[in-house]
Amino acid sequence: MSDHAHAMQLETSTGLDNRKLAIWTFIGSECLFFATLISNYLVHKQTWLSGPGPFPHERWTSPSGQAFEPIIEIPLVTMGTALLLFSSLFVVLALANAQRGNRNGLLVWLAATLFCGFFFVGMQVYEFTHFVHRGLTLKTNLFGASFFTLTGFHGTHVTLGVIWLLTLWIEAFRGKIPPAKSLNLEIAALYWHFVDVVWIVIFPVVYLIK
Amino acid sequence: MDAHASPATEHAHPKAAVYVKIGIILFVLTALEVGLYEFTYGEHAGAGGHALQPFFVPVLLLLSAIKFALVAMFYMHLKQDHRLFSGVFVFPLIIAIVVIMALIVLSAYHFAFARSG
Amino acid sequence: MATTALDQQRAHATAGHAEKSGLWSWLTTVDHKRVGILYGATAFFFFLLGGIEAILLRIQLGSPNSTFLSPDTYNQLFTMHGTTMIFLAIMPLSAMFFNFMIPLMIGARDVAFPRLNAFSYWVFLAGGLFLNSSFFFGAAPDQGWYGYANLTSRQYSPGMNVDFWTLGLQILGVASLAAAVNFFVTILNMRAPGMKLMRMPMFVWMSFITQVLLLLAFPVITVALILLMFDRFFGTHFFVPSAGGDPLLWQHLFWIFGHPEVYILILPAFGIISEVLPVFSRKPLFGYAAMVFSGAFIAFLGFGVWSHHMFTTGMGPIADTFFALTTMLIAIPTGVKIFNWLGTVWGGSIQYRVPMYFALGFIAMFIIGGLSGVMHSSPPADLQQNDTYFIVAHFHYVLFGGSIFGLTAGAYYWWPKMSGRMLDETLGKVHFWLMLIGFNLTFFPMHILGLNGMPRRVYTYPEGLGFETLNQVETVGSLILGLSFVVFLFNIFKTARGPRNAPADPWNGATLEWAIPSPPQEWNFAEVPAVHGRDPLWEAKRERGGPLPEPPRVSGEGIHLPNPSIWPLVAAVGLTGVMVGVMTLHIVGPWGVVVGLSILFFGVYNWAFEPAG
Repeated sequence: MSDHAHAMQLETSTGLDNRKLAIWTFIGSECLFFATLISNYLVHKQTWLSGPGPFPHERWTSPSGQAFEPIIEIPLVTMGTALLLFSSLFVVLALANAQRGNRNGLLVWLAATLFCGFFFVGMQVYEFTHFVHRGLTLKTNLFGASFFTLTGFHGTHVTLGVIWLLTLWIEAFRGKIPPAKSLNLEIAALYWHFVDVVWIVIFPVVYLIK
Repeated sequence: MDAHASPATEHAHPKAAVYVKIGIILFVLTALEVGLYEFTYGEHAGAGGHALQPFFVPVLLLLSAIKFALVAMFYMHLKQDHRLFSGVFVFPLIIAIVVIMALIVLSAYHFAFARSG
Repeated sequence: MATTALDQQRAHATAGHAEKSGLWSWLTTVDHKRVGILYGATAFFFFLLGGIEAILLRIQLGSPNSTFLSPDTYNQLFTMHGTTMIFLAIMPLSAMFFNFMIPLMIGARDVAFPRLNAFSYWVFLAGGLFLNSSFFFGAAPDQGWYGYANLTSRQYSPGMNVDFWTLGLQILGVASLAAAVNFFVTILNMRAPGMKLMRMPMFVWMSFITQVLLLLAFPVITVALILLMFDRFFGTHFFVPSAGGDPLLWQHLFWIFGHPEVYILILPAFGIISEVLPVFSRKPLFGYAAMVFSGAFIAFLGFGVWSHHMFTTGMGPIADTFFALTTMLIAIPTGVKIFNWLGTVWGGSIQYRVPMYFALGFIAMFIIGGLSGVMHSSPPADLQQNDTYFIVAHFHYVLFGGSIFGLTAGAYYWWPKMSGRMLDETLGKVHFWLMLIGFNLTFFPMHILGLNGMPRRVYTYPEGLGFETLNQVETVGSLILGLSFVVFLFNIFKTARGPRNAPADPWNGATLEWAIPSPPQEWNFAEVPAVHGRDPLWEAKRERGGPLPEPPRVSGEGIHLPNPSIWPLVAAVGLTGVMVGVMTLHIVGPWGVVVGLSILFFGVYNWAFEPAG
């Protein structure tokens, strides 16, 4: 039975911690941020098939006869998706350990989270470089512009999350995250889960839906 | 030892086993999504896949929605926590969905209108 | 000179917490009242700047074929006038009141996140300076405050003007979001015991709803600005028609933000009016619950009306009809509010003091603005009205006649609380009459000019179209309007030299801010109040059978206050550095951005790890 360690908090009108309410408020706001980026992708999707290529799912031949093969690689991205999903599992296990006061468990699971996040970003960097080599950049066509903007901003959010969690890992290593301070991790974990949840939407919308 | 000092108490968080089970379900759902894609549109898609095409997007979005809800309710603890957190998340989410749908409809109509005009 | 018991108490009061002074204390302040004063002073400066821009425009338009301003300068001035008034004047003036008054009105000693609050001010200041620095480069934004694509593309706006606008607004957006998170949590979490949500003062309610709008609307404009920035800096084609991009997408994204933005601009003023009318009618607000729900409904519905700004873009009859209906619908909760305000005043014992003058003026002017708004809601009518001076009339009636009259009422009302001094009543009334007359002379004729065909955003007009006389009247009106603010400034400076002896409760107020000294001590409440209903101070006076005694100033020993911090300012500098870095990508490569990010991270890390106190 896990302890509920409450971070030191002054009494609030709702009984809820200010910082936890703040991160949820921020997350709510970010829903609109990503909704607008996703809308931008979907709106431009309706027009980009007139070229130039390359495109995610379609073979496309230019008027001059140059052929472009479909560009996305489902296996790679699926692996990245799985990594991000597991990272959410790992961070919530890390949090449970933090709340129980189990420093080793916290360090192990948080490190696992960081590896997953790090490799997800790595996957994206590889994918982006690969696309550029195949002739797709921000400037090439509307797919490139919308794709790189949407997934790039998501990847930036992941990167910031990795930096945040890494900072917390160092704090935990120095023994600075006892149960009473587990809220610090909980707040970062909520941000991390949100970033995962956005990817849960982006993955099918961009990669699976033609 | 429970240290519930504040009036709005959080209910007990799930045990680790629950988290792992949810993790496995999430992985399975993702595999289903990819499998569905391969079956419907993949290189080896057959007649069955072809028949499935009109249902592909709704089913895919449904699977994603389930994954979304599972992470939100269990990993983000919305199921156990105070309802206010759910409200603060769900209300913007609804506006977000409305905005996405409105922009799709308006731009589709705009292009159709422009071409027919 | 006799010293009163009050003076002696004040002398004792400084023993516990020395009142901070000096530049460093202001740079590191985390006191919401000081942050409020910083917001107010800065915003008022920008308001005067925007006013001067307007007067220059009016001089140019005062006669046909005028060459007072070149077309290019005219474009820069009207763009900056709009952008300044909206983002650098009205919003931060509202923020002044959010900062100073919300904690006081909910019985709190502080906001939820004092450093985040300070950060939002420094970022606002940085954004305002960034935007206005464009004048020094001769490249002030010139594309209109809507920034319609694809005029804003690199092809059609090759200079730095649009870049200043795009990046400057992104900086300002961060300020708004930071403040919104802070006030959202503050209002939910920091209320005094017994201050249930449905007992909160109406200004707090309207401010709360405004924070929700900020949180939901600003991300949309942020993305729109990012897309534009990418088009201009990184060669994307989101809004470039020849490459398949869609300029209309900009309009949609802008107005999905833009319409909630106008409610962000007016709701705080609604809240102020709902505070002033009851006090100066000696009667509680009529229909409290209806006011709360109509405010919430306006905000929610405000996300469903945006394309009424786009009736002339050819969206088609279905879209036009949908948005016409939602726009007409939103007039209903607005009307509810107006009737409730009238119901508040009706049968009351009206105190004709300066705040009441401005509040009553607000009602009249806002009704006129609302009526022209309802006229726009019909797409066929709007086809004639759009892009004419009829629209200019409408939004000035709601933004000036509404927001500015409301904010001015708030300024006179809360001035004693914020500064410890009363403003001069006679000068205040002179200000009011000059403002009312000047305002109506300037903007009423625009309804007529607009319907007679004078377009917006034209730097001049030819003779013989019948535009001359009314334009002259408007120009004269604008000078009278400007004069009214000179009177206001004179009032401020004249009374600033007097003693700080305003009573705690000069107006016989109903709400908690009037229970503490004017100006409040740093910790606001010596004892956190317990609240039993709406209008707690009227209730207390009723129980007592008379006015409350002047609250003493105390030493504040044992009251815990947050430590001051320089890191919000440092982080704000870093953020601005990033934007300056983007602006100078072609000169210094990525290094500007790198330096900015480094300073930002340095500021944020120190902020995160310093003891909060």
